[in-house]
Amino acid sequence: MSRIGKIARRTFLFGAAAVAGGVAFGYYSYRKPFANPLSEELASGEATFNPYVKIGSDGRITVIAPRAEMGQGSYTTLAALVCEELDLRLDQVSIEHGPSSPAYYNAAALSEGAPLPQFDEGMVAESLRAAMKVVAKFVALQFTGGSTSMADGFEKMRYAGAAARESLKEAAARKLGVASSTLKTFEGVVSDPASGRSLTYAELALDAAAIEPPSGIALRDRKEWKILGKPQPRKDMRAKVTGAPIFGVDVTLPDMLYGTVRINPSPGGRMKSFDAAAALAMPGVRKVIAIDSPYGQGIGVIADNTWRAFRAAETVTVEWEAGPNPKSSADIDAILARTLEGPDFFTLRTLGDPDLVFADAARDRVVEAQYDAPFLSHATMEPMNATARLKDGLLEVWAPNQGPTLIEVVGARITGLPAEKIKVHTTFLGGGFGRRIEPDFSDYAIRLAKEAEGRPVKVTWTREEDMTHGPYRPVAKGRYKAVLDDAGLPKALTGSIAAPSVVASAVGRYYPDVPMGGPDNSLIDGAYNQPYGIENYRIDGRKAPVGVPVGFWRSVGYSYNCFMHESFIDEIARAGKKDPLELRRALMKDFPVALAVVEKVAAMSGWSTPPAAGRARGLAFGLSFGTWVAQVVEISETDGAIRIEKVWCAADPGIVLDPQNFKAQMMSGIVFGLSAAIGQQITFAEGVVEQNNFHAYDALRINQCPVIEVELLENAHRMGGAGEPGTPPSMPALGNAIFALTGKRLRALPFSKEVDFA
Amino acid sequence: MNLIVNGKALSLEVEPDMPLLWALRDILDIKGPKFGCGAGLCGACTVIIGGEAVRSCQVAAADVTSEVRTIDGLANGDVLHPVQQAWIDEQVAQCGYCQAGQIMNAVALLEANPSPSDADIDEAMAGNLCRCGTYPRIRAAIHRAATQVTGA
Repeated sequence: MSRIGKIARRTFLFGAAAVAGGVAFGYYSYRKPFANPLSEELASGEATFNPYVKIGSDGRITVIAPRAEMGQGSYTTLAALVCEELDLRLDQVSIEHGPSSPAYYNAAALSEGAPLPQFDEGMVAESLRAAMKVVAKFVALQFTGGSTSMADGFEKMRYAGAAARESLKEAAARKLGVASSTLKTFEGVVSDPASGRSLTYAELALDAAAIEPPSGIALRDRKEWKILGKPQPRKDMRAKVTGAPIFGVDVTLPDMLYGTVRINPSPGGRMKSFDAAAALAMPGVRKVIAIDSPYGQGIGVIADNTWRAFRAAETVTVEWEAGPNPKSSADIDAILARTLEGPDFFTLRTLGDPDLVFADAARDRVVEAQYDAPFLSHATMEPMNATARLKDGLLEVWAPNQGPTLIEVVGARITGLPAEKIKVHTTFLGGGFGRRIEPDFSDYAIRLAKEAEGRPVKVTWTREEDMTHGPYRPVAKGRYKAVLDDAGLPKALTGSIAAPSVVASAVGRYYPDVPMGGPDNSLIDGAYNQPYGIENYRIDGRKAPVGVPVGFWRSVGYSYNCFMHESFIDEIARAGKKDPLELRRALMKDFPVALAVVEKVAAMSGWSTPPAAGRARGLAFGLSFGTWVAQVVEISETDGAIRIEKVWCAADPGIVLDPQNFKAQMMSGIVFGLSAAIGQQITFAEGVVEQNNFHAYDALRINQCPVIEVELLENAHRMGGAGEPGTPPSMPALGNAIFALTGKRLRALPFSKEVDFA
Repeated sequence: MNLIVNGKALSLEVEPDMPLLWALRDILDIKGPKFGCGAGLCGACTVIIGGEAVRSCQVAAADVTSEVRTIDGLANGDVLHPVQQAWIDEQVAQCGYCQAGQIMNAVALLEANPSPSDADIDEAMAGNLCRCGTYPRIRAAIHRAATQVTGA
C-alpha cells in the first residue's frame, strides 16, 4: 500500500500531471521483470516458460489470459495471440485466468488513458504515453478496463508464445544434435525436416523451460498469421450453453456457508444500531455482524443457504444515519448548475481564442444548448458476489472481478496479512461493464469470512442491494456554445461540463489515504478530444461535489460527453442549414481515419437516399479508447411511439484481431448505449436510490432490439479497443434521429422522459 | 419434500416457501439456473415445468408437482440439444450469464411452436434480459434450431 500510495499521490492514473514522477523511476528497475507467478503452483511434470504459458509432460498446454472474461471475448483472443507464435491450434490449449500478480499489470490502460487526444501522434504525446507505461509497471495494477486487453496484450502475449517456441526448439536442437534454426514448429510438434525426426512440446517441456530464450526474437509479420485476423470460435462457448458452474455465484467449496449484506441505502451513511434477535432465531442463521468498511456500513448475515441469508437480512431492524449525499435529484441538479457557474475548472486542450470570437459575434450566429445525463447503474446480469475463506493464516477470495490486485489490497487492509498470504481466484464474470473493478463485494465477503471460523462464505447480494448502491455512472450537465460563420461552419465552440469526478471518487474508495486532486480527463473525455477541425475551441471540466459514489461505467466520460458533443454538432448542422454528414466532411477533412468511418457508415445506411415515409435517421461519431466509430440509427414512429429499426456502425480499431468478436462487441456496446438512452436513470429521493430492480431500471429487450450491421476498417495507426467504443455514439445518433423525425431536440437522457418507445 | 429434476427423483428438507431456484442451486447443487433479480423480471433462472418456461425464483419449491427440466439436463451426454448446438453455431453468448435461461425459454418455445416467426420469438423471449445485447444472434440461433428440429 505505501508504495502504491506514494506513486498514486504523484502520478495516479489519468491526471494531467501524471508524468511528473514517471520517468524518474529509472530505466534499470523498469526493465527488471516481475517473478513468474506460475512457478509456485506447477503440477508434477508441468513446466512454465513465462507468466503466460504452461506445458505439461502429459501434453496439456495452458495459456494464461490475464484479463477477466466478462463477455468481451478477450479470453479467446488473448490465447490466440500466444497460439499464433507458439504454433498451436486454439483447440490444443486450455485457458485460465491465472493468479493475481503484478506480472499481469495493465500498461495500456495508463498509456492509452493519458490526457491526450488519441489522434495526437506528436513527440510530446508519444513520450507521455511511453512514460505512462513506466508508471504503470510501478503501480503494477492488474485490472481489466479501458478497452485495453488487446492493446496491452498484443505484443506481450505474442512474445510469450514466441519465447516459449524458441526455448522448445533449442531443447529439441540439443536432443537431436542439430541447429535450432533448422527446426520447424507446427501444432505442438518440433520437427527436423532434414532427418524427419520430431518431438512433441510435451516431451520437450521440462528441458525447454530451463533454457533462456534468445534475445531479439522478431514477431511474425501479419501476412503470416494463421489464427489472428480470422474469426475464432470462443473457447468459453460450450460451458456457457451448458449452464456450467463457471461464475462467481456458482462457486462451491467444501463446508461452505452462505451470506449476504444489507448496507445503508443512503450512500456513505453510517449505521447507528441494529437488532438481529429475530433474524438469529430463524432456521439456519449463524451470525449477523456489523460491517464498517470504506464502501459502506451495514450488516452482514451468515447462514446455511442464500435464501435464508436473504430473509434474515430483511428481518434485521436497523437504524441508519443519512449519508452526505444530497436528498433528491433536484438538489443534485442544483449542485451541477452551481458548478457550471462557479470559478473552478480545468482544460486540457484549447485552440485559438474562442472568447474573442464570441465577443465579436452577432447574436443570430450563436447556437447554445444545455444537456443533461443521469446517474446510471451497471446492472450486470450476475449480481455482485464473492466467496472468501480465511484459514490458517491464508486468505483466499473467489470473485468475478476486474481488479484482482485491488482485492489483495483490501484483503491486506482487513486481515493484516501480507500479499503472499492472499490468493485471488478470478471466475468468469456475468457482466462487468466497469462495475467489477470495485473491491466492495470482495471486501464484504472477507469481513464475513473473518467471522466464519475458517469456513468459506459465499456472499451474494440481492438485486436490490446491487442496484441501490452504485458506484454509478456520474450524473452530468453540459453547456455548449458555438458561433457560425457565413458558410454555416462553426468558427468557435466552447463547452463546460459539470460532473462528479470518477477518478477522485474511485481512488478515494480504493486507497482512502491517497488525496486525489487535479484534473480528471475522464470528466471531459469525448468532448475535448474529438477530431473536429474548429479553429477556436475549448472544453472545460468542472468537478461537481455531489457526494454519490461514482465509478467506471462502460466508456466512462465518453458515455455522456459523446451524447452532448455529438448532439451539439447536429444542432450546429441544423442551425447552419447543413446536412450533418456534410458538416462532418467539412470539419473532419484533416482526420482521414474519422472521415473514412463516417463515409463508410453513410454508404452502409444509404444516407444520401431519404428513408421511407415515417422514418428518419440520425448520425453520430465518437473516437474513444483508440477506436473510431460512426453510427447511423434509423427510427420509425407508430401510434406516437418510437421504434429503433436499424443501426449501422462503421468502426476502425487499426488492427482487427477477430472480426466476428469485434463486431459482436460493437453490437453489444450499441445495445448497451441504446438501453441507457431509451429509459435508464438512477434518481434519488429522501437520500436513497429510487430504482431497485429491473421493473424500474430496464434495458432493451429482444422485441425492441434493432437490426444491427457492423463494418470494420483498419486505417488507424494505433490499436484501439472493442468493449467500450460502440456505446458512446449510439445515444446521440438516436437523439439526432428523433430530432430528424419529430423536430423535437431531446437534450436530457433518458429520452423516455419526453417520448414513448415501442 | 420430493422433486423430479432432469429425470431424477430427489428429496430435500427445506421451508415450503423456499423458491425453487434456491432449492435447485443451494440444496441440490444444480447450478444451471442463475440468480438474476429474484423478482421474475430477468429470466436468468428459467426452467421448464410441464412444457412451460417458468421463472424458478417465483415458484415455491413445495408447489412443484411435475418434473423440472433445467439446462443441466438438456444435453444427452456429450451430444448437445439442437438449441445448444445452434447457440454454438451462431456464437451467441458473451458473458453467458443469461444464456441458460435464454436457452431454456427457446427450448420451451420450439417445443410448442417448431417454426416461430420473428414476432413469435419476440413475444416468447421478451422476458429474458441480456445485458450484453446478444439478441440478434439469439434470434438467428432460434431460427437455425427450428430448421434442424423440423428438418426444414
